Amino acid sequence: MTAEIGNFTLILAFLLAIVQSTVPFLGAQTNNSRLMQLANFTAIGQLIFILIAFIALTISFVTSDFSVELVARHSHTLKPLLYKFTGVWANHEGSMLLWVAILCLYGAAVPIFGKALPDKLKALALSVQGMIATGFIGFVLFTSNPFSRLAVAPLDGNGLNPLLQDPGLAFHPPFLYLGYVGFSMAFSFCVAALIEGRVDALWARWLRPWVLAAWSFLTIGIALGSVWAYYELGWGGWWFWDPVENASLLPWLAGTALLHSIMVVERRHSLVSWTVLLGILTFSLSLIGTFLVRSGIITSVHAFANDPERGFYILVMLLLATGGALTLYALRSGKLRRGNGFKMLSKEAGLAINNILLVCATAIVFLGTFYPLFVDILSDEKITVGPPFFNLNFGYIIAVLIVFMGIGPMLKWRGDNWRSLVRPMIILASGSIIVFASIILFGKASMGAIGFALAFWLIAGTCITFSKKVQLGKRSPAQSWKLAKSLPAGVYGFVLAHLGVAVMVIGVTGMSLWAKESILMMQPQQTTELGGYTIELRDVRDLTRSNYTAETARFNLSKAGKHIGTLSSERRFYPVREMQTTEAGIFVRPTKNVYVALGQGDTERGWAIRIYVHPFVNWIWIGALLMALGGFVALADRRLRLSRKPITNTRVQQNEN
Amino acid sequence: MKTKLYAFIPLVILIVIGLFFAIELRKGPSKMPSVMINRPMPEFVLQPILEDQEPFAFSDLSGQVSLVNIFGSWCAACVVEHPVLMRLAHREGVAIYGVAWRDTAIDASNWLQKYGNPYRKIGLDAESLLAIDLGVTGAPETFLVDKSGNIRFKQVGPISNQAWEQTIKPMILLLEAEE
Repeated sequence: MTAEIGNFTLILAFLLAIVQSTVPFLGAQTNNSRLMQLANFTAIGQLIFILIAFIALTISFVTSDFSVELVARHSHTLKPLLYKFTGVWANHEGSMLLWVAILCLYGAAVPIFGKALPDKLKALALSVQGMIATGFIGFVLFTSNPFSRLAVAPLDGNGLNPLLQDPGLAFHPPFLYLGYVGFSMAFSFCVAALIEGRVDALWARWLRPWVLAAWSFLTIGIALGSVWAYYELGWGGWWFWDPVENASLLPWLAGTALLHSIMVVERRHSLVSWTVLLGILTFSLSLIGTFLVRSGIITSVHAFANDPERGFYILVMLLLATGGALTLYALRSGKLRRGNGFKMLSKEAGLAINNILLVCATAIVFLGTFYPLFVDILSDEKITVGPPFFNLNFGYIIAVLIVFMGIGPMLKWRGDNWRSLVRPMIILASGSIIVFASIILFGKASMGAIGFALAFWLIAGTCITFSKKVQLGKRSPAQSWKLAKSLPAGVYGFVLAHLGVAVMVIGVTGMSLWAKESILMMQPQQTTELGGYTIELRDVRDLTRSNYTAETARFNLSKAGKHIGTLSSERRFYPVREMQTTEAGIFVRPTKNVYVALGQGDTERGWAIRIYVHPFVNWIWIGALLMALGGFVALADRRLRLSRKPITNTRVQQNEN
Repeated sequence: MKTKLYAFIPLVILIVIGLFFAIELRKGPSKMPSVMINRPMPEFVLQPILEDQEPFAFSDLSGQVSLVNIFGSWCAACVVEHPVLMRLAHREGVAIYGVAWRDTAIDASNWLQKYGNPYRKIGLDAESLLAIDLGVTGAPETFLVDKSGNIRFKQVGPISNQAWEQTIKPMILLLEAEE
């Protein structure tokens, strides 16, 4: 019965989405406010129905109702409760249901939080949101229905792929989708703006927090995926430039550009048509990502089960949504008011450079990801684009971007003078040169020196920008402290996010240049050395858990003759899926991880042990978390609250970021 | 209303990309060299197709250069490839391991009885567990694995005599020489 309720409410949500995509649109064309207001109810109604469907599917999983085909294929009675919950979205059908649930969540946020929005804009945006919902709820209903029943229910289920039985991965998809799908808000409002032919500061002020929220969630989602790959796949890497990973990076890069260009629209009413294009592009890249993952047109180590028919459906939706939006853009972007011009040295010019560089970075990742496909079609040659292509080209662009990130935020809106930059530039340049030279001298690594110098440049630049805002040194410490307390949250968001980038640069540099690894056969009590650490295999024992059996190896870790810790690594065997996984043992220290993974072996030959020493690797994820935290902190900015009052910039002129 | 020509550029790019996607989708999953090249073989244990045999596991591959061949009794191209594998195994002494993909134990063993068995060990991968880890796009597919268990080359489709002589044999000789 539960599954039927789910199926029924899914159909109701689909019908509401159809109503929402048409009626308010007509209302907006005929200026009929009752038709326009209908969108508010359909948006909330859709969310309620989809949530009921989602809860129904969750109940089927938690109660192990194996008459539901999806549950039988992906769950098992012996699975821990947490994974019965998360198993809901650890498969194609369920994850698409999560996708539309989050789409409806953002849709319902418009009437709930957007009371101050003009009726027409709201109705148009909600009807665009309704069109996307119609497409994707239809996709779930007609090609990937999670509620299909089996004629004969099996006694037990197939089990969840043990690689996915992991807390890091369990929460990876919800965060990723909160990000990916959250950009639909930007898309809908950009299309609505094109239909209306009007973009104003209120529009930008409304949209920015949603882009910020989506971006922050996506940052966490990507970071969780990276952490999971690091400790669960046992490859000892954190990013592989795999097509599926790139699919999530593409909307992130475009979204980062969007986040910055919206500020220019809000404050200077410039870059308007560019921002609209970015808004469309960002969500389109999310759709391309969904298409790539679900259609399997590019081989990936993540290779989800996929199916060309589903791929075709998503491709059609991708082309309709993006094609429609870009056609509108082509025809109507000329109608949007032309922005004010830029002074060469101004914050808006800096943000424009940021946008150019981020779009270039997006293009490089896009080309690298899809180049094999283009070549395959044009010439029948098979090629792959490896990490060196990405590391090199992407690395250059990001390096240039960081140089600008160090200075850009110091600039004032409307125009600044070169003189005010001289002192900060001297501090930045001399400090960076000292960092560079000392790493060349002591570390003997020129790339590492560049990486650390860039990180210093960015940290120092961000600190100088902040100290300018609180007028450190010009006023008494007490006054500066008062200023610091009165700064808008957005400033703190900027500081956290930019410092996060610097922290990540340190992590990436350390990890790419100074990581060490070794693979060897070890007997108990045998020791080996790597990167200044001595690792002793203490023992290997068997153990049994409810859903797996395992071999556990314990290691003693010592440095310079002193015992500093113990580590254990497991090789698990999951009988339901007849599958093995490795749980690496990781010794975490602020500047270094020691990572051991137990391989095959027996008492006679010993065990194959892989050991890595990874300097600064945790900084990568800490950096990502700082960025996301910065995004959330900026959400608290009171300047982003909507009111129908005209926007006055005068009061915050001093503190604007 | 001013409509500018450059405003059409994004639309044109989208149409081109969309066309490429559609063509590729029709052609089916592309057969590119695996991203797994130069990565360690994923860890696995596969059940044998006959009850009295031992399971085929990751550890079987260590210390020698070997070919891991993905096949299936349902696969027509595998029949074409089979005589080549038989020759490599019995005349040239190549260590070949078989993975019966999306197959049943009975079908796979009947198939091998009919055509001969070139494999040192055979694992059954009915659920595509290893195949998914390896990013297999179709059968037959063959992975060249070095002494320390790293994948060094992937042959998509049947191993032809030419592919053996010109590519795989020289690579095996080189890898044999490695420590």
